[in-house]
Amino acid sequence: MFGSIDPLLLLASLMVAATPIVFAAIGELVVERAGVLNLGVEGMMITGAVCGFIVAVQTGSPLLGFAGAAVGGAALSLLFAALTQYLLSNQVATGLALTLFGLGLASLLGQGWVGIRAPSVPDLPLGPLRDIPVLGPVLFRHDPMVYLGLLVCLGVWWFLNRTRGGLILRAVGDNHDAAHALGYRVVRVRVLAILFGGAMAGLGGAYLSLVRVPTWTDGITAGAGWIALAIVVFASWRPGRLVIGAYLFGGVAQLQLNLQAAGVRVPVEILSMSPYIATILVLVLLSAGRAPGCLGRSFHAAR
Amino acid sequence: MTEPLLRLSGLTKAYPGVVANRGVSFDIRPGEIHALLGENGAGKSTLVKTIYGLVKPDEGRMAWRGAPFAPGKPSDARAAGVAMVFQHFSLFDALDVAENVALGMENPPPMGELAARIREVSDTYGLPLDPGRIVGDLSAGERQRVEIVRCLLQDPRLLIMDEPTSVLTPQEVEILFETLRKLRSEGTSILYISHKLEEIRALCEHATILRLGEVVATCDPREASAREMAEMMVGSALHRPARAAKAPGEVVLQLDGLTAASPRPFGTALKDVSVEVRAGEVLGIGGVAGNGQDELLLALSGEMRTAAEMVRLKGAPVGRLGPTARRRLGLLCAPEERNGHASAPDMSLTENALLTGGVRKGMIRKGFLDWGKARGFAEEVIRGFDVRTPGPGAAARSLSGGNLQKFVIGREILQAPQVLVVNQPTWGVDAAAAAAIRQALLDLAAGGAAVIVVSQDLDELMEISDRFAALNGGALSAPVPTGGLTVHRIGLMLGGAHDMEVAHVEA
Repeated sequence: MFGSIDPLLLLASLMVAATPIVFAAIGELVVERAGVLNLGVEGMMITGAVCGFIVAVQTGSPLLGFAGAAVGGAALSLLFAALTQYLLSNQVATGLALTLFGLGLASLLGQGWVGIRAPSVPDLPLGPLRDIPVLGPVLFRHDPMVYLGLLVCLGVWWFLNRTRGGLILRAVGDNHDAAHALGYRVVRVRVLAILFGGAMAGLGGAYLSLVRVPTWTDGITAGAGWIALAIVVFASWRPGRLVIGAYLFGGVAQLQLNLQAAGVRVPVEILSMSPYIATILVLVLLSAGRAPGCLGRSFHAAR
Repeated sequence: MTEPLLRLSGLTKAYPGVVANRGVSFDIRPGEIHALLGENGAGKSTLVKTIYGLVKPDEGRMAWRGAPFAPGKPSDARAAGVAMVFQHFSLFDALDVAENVALGMENPPPMGELAARIREVSDTYGLPLDPGRIVGDLSAGERQRVEIVRCLLQDPRLLIMDEPTSVLTPQEVEILFETLRKLRSEGTSILYISHKLEEIRALCEHATILRLGEVVATCDPREASAREMAEMMVGSALHRPARAAKAPGEVVLQLDGLTAASPRPFGTALKDVSVEVRAGEVLGIGGVAGNGQDELLLALSGEMRTAAEMVRLKGAPVGRLGPTARRRLGLLCAPEERNGHASAPDMSLTENALLTGGVRKGMIRKGFLDWGKARGFAEEVIRGFDVRTPGPGAAARSLSGGNLQKFVIGREILQAPQVLVVNQPTWGVDAAAAAAIRQALLDLAAGGAAVIVVSQDLDELMEISDRFAALNGGALSAPVPTGGLTVHRIGLMLGGAHDMEVAHVEA
């Protein structure tokens, strides 16, 4: 009964399915390591999705589309940064509001763009690598964004663990009072982290509207932002585990779609649940980390 | 006389509603250890933050070796040669020692080189440190070493130390003083902030005393007595608690092999704690922060359950009972951290009175609250303990530290406990309020209750307790009578100088 599922195709589509989550989650990871809990990932993703789609269709260039998506996501996150870092609003409430606002805004912007097909994104020409048996189709026949996502994760790991900027960011997230006492600009570090998180969420959203679907429909993110948030926590705020978590989720999501198509006699609802359950189970078993010390706490120099 | 290293002239800084510093002027000479003395709230912290570039003064000037000095941010001050060891708030638990040190430096060398230099400096000054350890796992003394080594790596001209000994055992204090004397002999000036007068007499050659933001006196601490300096700090004669000698009564509280894991990360497990407390006696429990004090309090209050017979109240096992049931039986606790644990900061004093007093004072009937009674009780506490507040409707947060502490202790005392357990009853409280609280605890014991005082202030324990026991690594020493105890003996009971092997402290 599994005969109709091609394992190579499954593995290849796994990388594609995981990419939006990789982008959104790595952005949120940086935000949370700086001590900020931004629950607005879903809203920033879908804003990025619609901005990227509009720019790409207007200009005919997917590259400009992705740039527009990053700008759109970052712009929405700037709202969050202003509210939480300067006006000291509650981060949880503001993040939830940002998600609702982003969903509404995207729906508004997207009116009139439904049903149009996005300009296609060509695969990265990797030359002879494409023709390696088995590995070629699985690993080397994807669009550039798949690889960019992995590069960003590697870069974030390197930044956090090997650079002074990353050390300062972790210090701000662990103990903002101490960082302030040593003369670091807590608010500035956090605003920059929030902007990065917004831009990455925007890229993740645009990957859905430009590559994965590739067209604009309302509610296109369908909870991917929430999955990204959960993966950050269960990955213990470590980039390596985050990639594992996102790929696992993408893999099970693809598998259950294929199983549905193959007509397996398991209720569709249970199959649809399976990626979420599998991801949470595995990451809970792996998780060992400690949350950043100041996660979700507002910073004010006088307190 | 040589040119001063740092001259402060007329520094004034006002915050909304309070003047933190008013016209503060004094000199720090090269190679001297200069004490800055004052009560909590006297303006010491604001003053050193000004020197370190964290606070901009409203008026006044500073001169560094004769040249104008106005650091706009800490890195300016560090560049000039000012280094600061903070009282708290400046280490990162999740990072390792080398990373913590790197964050305090302007241009840290690569990590490998930095680790080597940390080892070198820490050996030179007798402060052993492993650069690869995570700071959250270090003892309080080791954490302070990290801060000091971080400062020393920058070759400071002026080292500011804010209350450095509050977390150290007497032996660790002696090691610290040796380090500071060595630094002085090398020409480094030290600004030493404390309210521990004996330490200042042992270490410093010059003292400036602040009260309510103003310099009220200067003296040579080697010549002034501790009592004279204390009275300069407080501005009035100090009242010493008086105690009436009394034969202890029957055993009311009994801990029998109390063993429990800590419910907190980086906490300390309790190991086989056994002790008896009699009616009319005050048992003092000392120890360096993080050696099981919090866990002992949780086990006594009922916030952490243990096997039933590990805690007995008048012979009845209560180890499995929760806080409310224990309160009903007469075992009351006043925890540390008045803002957050002992009180709900955003609730009114009436509500806070009801939260612990509800059961014993009959303010709760069939699930309904008797607000009239609660307000009456809050007013009784406010009157009885001279709590300065507009009234029982004020939020707990709005009270000053000393006043809120008087309220949370008074609230328990007026419930007529059989056993009262208090943790750090006078931490961060001005001397007059501290004396009042200690007197109230002694009066309670004289009235026939058993009192357990957990504190890191050894002078306080010597002053009020009949017997003394030490917590070290979660184990409690056998209690000894307080009369005739020496500081050295207490130091050994507290575990002596903690070295690298003894690392279990969350500060």
